[in-house]
Amino acid sequence: MDENKTADLEAMARKLRRHVINMIYTAGSGHPGGSLSAADIVTALYFKVMRHDPHNPHWEDRDRFILSKGHAAPILYAALGECGYFPIEWFTTLRKTGSCLQGHTDSNLTPGVDASAGSLGQGLSIGIGMALAARLNKKTYHTFVLLGDGECEEGQVWEAALTAPNLKINNLTAIVDYNGIQLDGFTRDIMDLEPFIAKWNAFKWDIIEIDGHDMGQIISALTKAKTAQSKLTVIIAHTVKGKGVSFMENNVDFHGKAPNKAETEQALKELA
Amino acid sequence: MNDYRDLTTREAFGRSIAELGNSNPDIVVLDADLSRSTMTKYFAQAHPDRFIECGLTEQNMIGIAAGLASCGKIPFASTFAVFASSRCFDQVRMSIAQPKANVKIVATHGGITVGEDGSSHQAIEDIGMYCLLPNFRVIVPADSVETVEVIKAAAMTHGPFYIRLGRSKSPVVYGGACDFQLGKASMLREGKDATIIANGIMVSKAMDAATSLSTCGIDCRVINMSTVKPVDKETILDAARETGAIVTAEEHLLHGGLGSIVAQLLASECPTPLESLGINDVYCKSGKPEDLLEIQGLTASGIYDSVKKVMARKRSK
Ligand SMILES: Cc1ncc(C[n+]2csc(CCOP(=O)(O)OP(=O)(O)O)c2C)c(N)n1
Repeated sequence: MDENKTADLEAMARKLRRHVINMIYTAGSGHPGGSLSAADIVTALYFKVMRHDPHNPHWEDRDRFILSKGHAAPILYAALGECGYFPIEWFTTLRKTGSCLQGHTDSNLTPGVDASAGSLGQGLSIGIGMALAARLNKKTYHTFVLLGDGECEEGQVWEAALTAPNLKINNLTAIVDYNGIQLDGFTRDIMDLEPFIAKWNAFKWDIIEIDGHDMGQIISALTKAKTAQSKLTVIIAHTVKGKGVSFMENNVDFHGKAPNKAETEQALKELA
Repeated sequence: MNDYRDLTTREAFGRSIAELGNSNPDIVVLDADLSRSTMTKYFAQAHPDRFIECGLTEQNMIGIAAGLASCGKIPFASTFAVFASSRCFDQVRMSIAQPKANVKIVATHGGITVGEDGSSHQAIEDIGMYCLLPNFRVIVPADSVETVEVIKAAAMTHGPFYIRLGRSKSPVVYGGACDFQLGKASMLREGKDATIIANGIMVSKAMDAATSLSTCGIDCRVINMSTVKPVDKETILDAARETGAIVTAEEHLLHGGLGSIVAQLLASECPTPLESLGINDVYCKSGKPEDLLEIQGLTASGIYDSVKKVMARKRSK
């Protein structure tokens, strides 16, 4: 890919991260860690890979995106706002009474949000439904589902993983934001998922392993998964929870805690 | 005993279960990646060998708890109320309710006062769901002091329990001692003109409403119905007969919870004018807990208005 283009996307990812910090600080609560770890992937999807039209959020032919880890809503809102689905002035209303930006994604209220989420483990099944509908309706759109690693402990994820190849789904891509941390602590201590690749392999998925913060790798993996219409792919993206803000990186405490004023200033400085 | 008054109900639960674990080696605690929020972390620190971190596998956690109970353990399984109800309902029904397993489900973050997280995290159906299950006892403590007593009673009483706690701090109802008795409501204030039956965070609001009503000459009885199931029929029927007007208030859907149970009892045994406060068939949204309660009319002034209304109905009977 063109180097300038990659640099632009990286700049956009930084901008979205700043929005995330500002939004959560203004709201006084929210989930910075998992929003920041997914920032580069979400940027690549909305600003490069997905076919979508911010002026027509219900366009039937749009690619679908399901943020199955619905607590990372701020990073999705940042992308949707920057794309023009709604005014970025909405950011300051996050989690407040009357806002269209709910604490967890709500498909009734936010233009561009394809699925309500917040109870973990449900997005991959919904994605299979959307992918099946594409087949039935003879549509060429692709469905992307972003999962957390902690989320992958939920049984329903594996019911969906088992179902997709059985239904010969080939127009869907799962992406796991493998940041190694869940709520109570490090995933390897709480409920180790390893060997993770072998599990998806055993469920008959094709696997692409990437550094989830390397824009070049993200773009090429997503593009490959989207265009390889004969395959069902899961992208295992190795990421860092809190990526981009030194004191949030790999820090369990910032899973679901808003930064205070000084921390916000420091974070914005680091993301400048 | 520590002073629990100033704690949230979940904090009171976390500390008291850790303490009960000292004297009762059969108590085991399970959590599903929320021990930092449900406060089972205190038990995990105090009794690491008897704490089972299930990760994000709520349904699995319920099954494990059932297995432990069948072998003589006293499992306390904790997660948020939305997940404890909606996520695991079949597992609870089949593995706990039907076999009468000695499992105590302690669900925190109940109701809409979860606030900013929004509808996905606001359990408003949980009490109704658990009340539907035969063999379950369902308890919604009014404050942290009562929570401690409820946890003790659950540990000592064989059979399935659902105990619903909150996220934010509940105002103090029991400044002094709390004489919680399973299946028995407690009358917090005598009165002869009308009765407010409430539980959870609505109890202190009921007390506030009764105080305001007394200034305009209305003598209102207040009952804390923390045990929703089995409900204390005698206390409800006495209130109906003696005061002739009833208001229920709960942080839950109008359908299926305290209001429904009281309505059913009154309709069949002692028809009495009844007004019920709760959430009317909607999902709520993100916002400050107090604002969300205000929108739903779950306030002292909402209760005040309902008492006036129900008394007008009583007079026109
Ligand atoms: C079914 C369910 N159980 C529990 C929770 C509470 N919860 C929210 S986020 C989280 C940890 C998620 O970890 P992970 O999927 O790894 O997300 P990330 O680290 O990317 O933020 C938990 C336990 C939930 N939202 N849904």
